[in-house]
Amino acid sequence: MLQKEGQVRIPSGCAISGIFAKDGSRVNGQEIVRSIAVMHDRSNGLGGGFAGYGIYPTYKDYYALHVFYEDLNAKHECEAFLERHFDIINLSKIPTRKTRKIVDEPLIWRYFVTPLPHALSDSQLDEREYTVRCVFRVNTRIQGAYVFSSGKNMGAFKAVGYPEDVGSFYRLDEYEGYCWMAHGRYPTNTPGWWGGAHPFTMIDYAIVHNGEISSYDANRRWLEMFGYHCSLLTDTEVITYIFDYLLRKQGLSLEEAAQVVAAPFWETIQRKDPKEQERLTYLRSVFSSLLITGPFSILLGFDGGMMALNDRLKLRSMVAAEKGNLFYVASEECAIRVIQPELDRVWAPKGGEPVIVRLEKEVV
Amino acid sequence: MRLNAERLSHQELNRAIRESDENDVRIINCCGQRYLGAGLSNKQVEVTGTPGNALGAYLDGASITVYGDAQDAMGDTMNGGTIVVHGMAGDAAGYAMRGGEIYIHKNAGYRCGVHMKAYKDRQPVLVIGGEAGSFLGEYQAGGIIVVLGLGTKEKAPVNNFCGMGMYGGRIFLRGERVPQDLSSHLSVHTASQEELKEIAPALERFGTFFKEDMDSIMEGPFQVIEPNVENPYRQRYAAY
Repeated sequence: MLQKEGQVRIPSGCAISGIFAKDGSRVNGQEIVRSIAVMHDRSNGLGGGFAGYGIYPTYKDYYALHVFYEDLNAKHECEAFLERHFDIINLSKIPTRKTRKIVDEPLIWRYFVTPLPHALSDSQLDEREYTVRCVFRVNTRIQGAYVFSSGKNMGAFKAVGYPEDVGSFYRLDEYEGYCWMAHGRYPTNTPGWWGGAHPFTMIDYAIVHNGEISSYDANRRWLEMFGYHCSLLTDTEVITYIFDYLLRKQGLSLEEAAQVVAAPFWETIQRKDPKEQERLTYLRSVFSSLLITGPFSILLGFDGGMMALNDRLKLRSMVAAEKGNLFYVASEECAIRVIQPELDRVWAPKGGEPVIVRLEKEVV
Repeated sequence: MRLNAERLSHQELNRAIRESDENDVRIINCCGQRYLGAGLSNKQVEVTGTPGNALGAYLDGASITVYGDAQDAMGDTMNGGTIVVHGMAGDAAGYAMRGGEIYIHKNAGYRCGVHMKAYKDRQPVLVIGGEAGSFLGEYQAGGIIVVLGLGTKEKAPVNNFCGMGMYGGRIFLRGERVPQDLSSHLSVHTASQEELKEIAPALERFGTFFKEDMDSIMEGPFQVIEPNVENPYRQRYAAY
């Protein structure tokens, strides 16, 4: 039987890439596949995945749930749960293309849903919190069911395999969106399995991550106090919840959240002006358990934007670039040049300094 | 010899370079292939495009010129030869370099020249035309690092933690400014005429490679960072 995360440790890098069209123009999924494919040697075939934003314009007001099922029992149980909590507007298998390079796939389904009005009102929660709790309920209580994507007008696609094969498997050439993120996995501590591939998502937040987090347990314990269940025993899951907590629940800005997880060193804080010292000291003190130590480069996708961030020591590589309205970011410059040889600007963001891009206008 | 790197793996590309009968090898359409010219002791290699990580690792006398940007770990443990980059370079350029010369026209990333060392006639030189990232010359043991900061004003041309853990060699920073966070285990002084003479040949080569006006660059001044002999590092340092 396949051993999952946490049941075995494999001591053994990763690749990330992102494209963002600031004018909201639609980029074909094949572009991000071509980008991540160049960095093939950074992964080892044990996980690849993508997130696309703006890909479901027809259903943009509905939560798009992407679900893995190990068997039909899990599907029946999950669908019964969904029907009790949501109005299901549309459901279907997620279209895939058979390839010999992607095997042992679970059942992969997609549901466009909206919370049942009376159930939502009885819960006394806002719509997003209601949906988050339902996702956690499925992932922790229903054996063999795993919701791996739950945002509006966005979706994650992931599998065990090399990212270019995963992209082909999910027919990403048939999707278009204003933002794409990709990940090629080289698991360092745990075996690869479908749920453990990146991106990790929670409603519209999606994370792809290259690195290894030594603060995982400290971060996890803090988040458990606020109802986040780390069920996948992998470090990237905890980053997704950290951002959901800081941004959605605490209302921090993206810059502030970046200064929590990649806090400047005390020595660096001491050299700032008094007001800035006070602000940074506050963030580092109040959220000390959310400091992420260890090497990382991450992309955080959210509704209408994307943030790229390195750990404060910059122990993982990351290059950013611009061409007209298009923003690119990747572990290696070659992954950008392969899809856009001529660039207006190329730079390496500093450790701990977030690069944030947003849509310049509402996408219709 | 001209090699089109499109669709060639790094193994195929490196084998073709090694097995070439010609001294001059031109690579076009390079896109991310790693270890180019690794360990090469002769030949002149010209690369157009974006070479991958560990370009010229263990280079042993060959010369490599890149018309584009270089990625991470360029010249890792390089022993001899020359690497010239007409663009910027990623993190850890000249990592553990122990001979030869690296010239980067624009900025370079974090941890450049980390663990650089020297022995007798092996005196490695790393010249960065733009700015360098944090941890420049971390644990440096020998050799010379020069950062020109072309286009930089009002600040030293390096980011944080310059020379941390350094116990040999020198870092030359062009301009009046000294890094604000310089460790008390390091000392800094303005370069003397003799020291300027020492780096002049490397700066002249920089000017020739990149067609920069050397007179204004040589004017300096240059700040020289060295280990503080009165207060050397006695144990591992750690940022917190």
